[in-house]
Amino acid sequence: MTGMKELANLVKELEEQLVTCIRCGMCQSVCPLFEQTRKEADVARGKLALLTGLMDNIFTDPDGVNERLNRCLLCGSCAANCPSGVNVVEIFIKARAILAEYKGLSPAKKLIFRQLLANPGRFDALVEWAGRFQDLFTKPSADAQGTSCARLISPLLANRHFMPLSTTPFHKTLPKKGFTSTGSGLRAAFFTGCLIDKIFPNVAKASLKVLSHHQVGVVIPPGQGCCGIPALASGDRDSFTHLVDHNLALFEKEPFDVLVTACATCTSTIKKLWPTVYKNPSDDIQQKLNALAEKTMDINQFLVDRVGIDPLKNFSDPAGSDQGPDIVTYHDPCHLKKSLGVADQPRQVISAAGCQLNEMAGSDKCCGMGGSFNIYHYDLSSSIGKIKEENIENTGCTTVSTGCPACMMQISDMLGKAGSSITVRHPMEIYASRLKKNTP
Amino acid sequence: MIPRSIQEALQKIVGPKHLLTQKEDMFTYSYDAAVLDPVMPGAAVIPENTTQLGEIIALCHENHIPITVRGSGTNLSGGTIPRTSGIVVLTGRMNRIIEINAADMYAVVEPGVVTATLAAEVEKLGLFYPPDPGSMAVSTIGGNVAENAGGLRGLKYGVTKDYVMGLQFFDCQGNYIKTGSRTVKCATGYNITGLMVGSEGTLGVLDQVILKLIPAPKARQAMVAVYDTIEQASETVAGIISARILPATLEILDNFTIRAVEDFSKAGLPKDAAALLLIEVDGHPAVVAEEAEQVKDLCRKMGARTIDQAKNDAQRDRIWAARRAALSALAQLKPTLVLEDATVPRSRIPDMVQALQEIGKKYKIDIGTFGHAGDGNLHPTILTDRRNKEEFHRVEQAIEEIFDTALAMGGTLSGEHGTGIAKAPFLEKEAGYSSILFSRQLRAALDPRNILNPGKITGV
Repeated sequence: MTGMKELANLVKELEEQLVTCIRCGMCQSVCPLFEQTRKEADVARGKLALLTGLMDNIFTDPDGVNERLNRCLLCGSCAANCPSGVNVVEIFIKARAILAEYKGLSPAKKLIFRQLLANPGRFDALVEWAGRFQDLFTKPSADAQGTSCARLISPLLANRHFMPLSTTPFHKTLPKKGFTSTGSGLRAAFFTGCLIDKIFPNVAKASLKVLSHHQVGVVIPPGQGCCGIPALASGDRDSFTHLVDHNLALFEKEPFDVLVTACATCTSTIKKLWPTVYKNPSDDIQQKLNALAEKTMDINQFLVDRVGIDPLKNFSDPAGSDQGPDIVTYHDPCHLKKSLGVADQPRQVISAAGCQLNEMAGSDKCCGMGGSFNIYHYDLSSSIGKIKEENIENTGCTTVSTGCPACMMQISDMLGKAGSSITVRHPMEIYASRLKKNTP
Repeated sequence: MIPRSIQEALQKIVGPKHLLTQKEDMFTYSYDAAVLDPVMPGAAVIPENTTQLGEIIALCHENHIPITVRGSGTNLSGGTIPRTSGIVVLTGRMNRIIEINAADMYAVVEPGVVTATLAAEVEKLGLFYPPDPGSMAVSTIGGNVAENAGGLRGLKYGVTKDYVMGLQFFDCQGNYIKTGSRTVKCATGYNITGLMVGSEGTLGVLDQVILKLIPAPKARQAMVAVYDTIEQASETVAGIISARILPATLEILDNFTIRAVEDFSKAGLPKDAAALLLIEVDGHPAVVAEEAEQVKDLCRKMGARTIDQAKNDAQRDRIWAARRAALSALAQLKPTLVLEDATVPRSRIPDMVQALQEIGKKYKIDIGTFGHAGDGNLHPTILTDRRNKEEFHRVEQAIEEIFDTALAMGGTLSGEHGTGIAKAPFLEKEAGYSSILFSRQLRAALDPRNILNPGKITGV
């Protein structure tokens, strides 16, 4: 098996990171997937062992390891709790890339990542076209979350309650040359991200409103692409690197103090993965990636830590209605809390908006979305999501808030299927809705 | 390899989803937390209930197939490393808490229940299950019983064996055995419960465990004492015990460990300190207040540089976070970490601490020492890289010398990690050949086909 020997050599690139796992097994206590299946191959220790096995060339083909490696939410709960500090997410992403490069990407993935995602203009056009026709195949569901479900029984969509594409993506609402505004102090560049652009444009609009209210100068360069995480999660390092190049060039054109995003996953990808997984960076590129990562911040963190928010005087009216303040519970996206340690700031934003914050049990437990994990392992994803849905309902809240559009999709699906009346909103949407009407 | 006919029979018992035979899955059941070579089993089964478990054992007995039971695979002596010709029985689906009886203060659980889950459930009723092994967030009760797991509270509250009131288990043929009871006292038959605890799956396969619970202490007080010499710290330990005070926890951290923890967690520990003692007394509020004062006086008398008392829960948590970070912090320093648990009579702690420092120097290896000073159970933690053969050889020599030293002081090879494969070759040193022979005869009588976790404890 010369092929497997070659693969073993490729995996050797990860050896120094792999040997740091001391097989203590503590990851079993926090892995949302292991909680469901209780199989060792589903938890980080098992997967790290399998990669060591691949490196020692004990398997006859890579498929079994590949399949098991892809059964992972990449939520990073294991890494955040690892006594030995094993950089699990980075290892798994690099391993997926090695395996995908060795095996070749599937034709479908090749089409999606190389031809579409890696070409932001073409991707935008296709999604816009799809948005116009989506009502032919799906029907809006009359639920509080605003999801859709399949018109006809479709094996692909099953009983999902998914968020419909917005008829007008966020970038379409901006001038063709991009958007700039001047403020009185800090200048922030805004990285929109695909899900916010195409499914939750209101989150971007709310973010702009909040930034301008606080007199932060904003720059939004036109033609932004995806942060690259979907390609990377499937092991397509080339498309990822291509997208990073595209975005890096875009954000070089204008000066700014901070790059903010309202998407936990984008923030975490830019900060943690752009500098570490970019394929063969030159010294110059590496320096730029490090510098940009350093300047990138979650928008809640930016508002609380850098701008400073004032709880009271911003409001047009007291939050809530006659029944008292809105009751909000907050879900910690894995990519904010576990990856970046951002947990207090979004809560402060919600409280500053005059809402009553009721903590749910396991607020930092993964919602089960995990990007494409939800597509390939919908049953498991839903079992994990069900726990989240129940924890949310038990708080007696009227709104669940979270700082990640992917989590918003999953939670909407779960609440929609349960027939819940709880709405799902980003902290920026909550905060912006309380600002005086006359602010732009 | 497991013959196809047997695979089919196993599949019939547990269903196709719960029989694993692919090589990739076998590789994930080839190791545990001990630093040993992996061995892949022929199959892994995940039974859901007593009936399935009994049928699996009977089938294996009939066909001479070795059985290794595995909970979370966190043991540190190789107790769950299987045989190639055998199967692994996973307890993950047998994880029900069957009963918590607050009036009679006991709990009945299946072997796959996670220790921390039980502890939390019991706490809700104002009760307390004290054994708290370091891995309790993932370790299972079945594993704790099989290994006689310890923890930080051994000094005052004892270890797992002190809380097992009764057991129900299968013998090697699949017969159902009941031992012990739900009563505080029980004087019928042999004390098979006592024999089973710590038997590492070599005498039977657990199905249910009856555990003793106690009232939760009403008050607790944690404190930290900082020392300029490790002798002062270890003499304080001896002093506290001779003053007839039994703290719930009495932990020591040496300078190597303090520096590692501080570099890792920036908790504000004094990096120049030779040793820290972390102490907690618990019980009735009045007694706690009095004993806390006595302990502080003793620390001062023994030359402690500073003594800080936790003023609230947050400060208490910070003290124990430093202790919990010890293993993590050390684990970051080098790829391989060998965690030993040789234990000495507690009055010999000062001698043992000194001996460990000398052994580290002699073999030119890094040893961080921390652990349960109050019960004589130190954790010399050796940091190395297993790929460096020359260094690892020195590590093995050092471990053997640690064993010899502990035995010469009247101690034991393992306070709480068990014998497994790792310590089986050394057991004769501690107990003598006739003790090994006795154990082997006992085993041969109870398991003539040698299918119950072969190779563990007695080396056969």
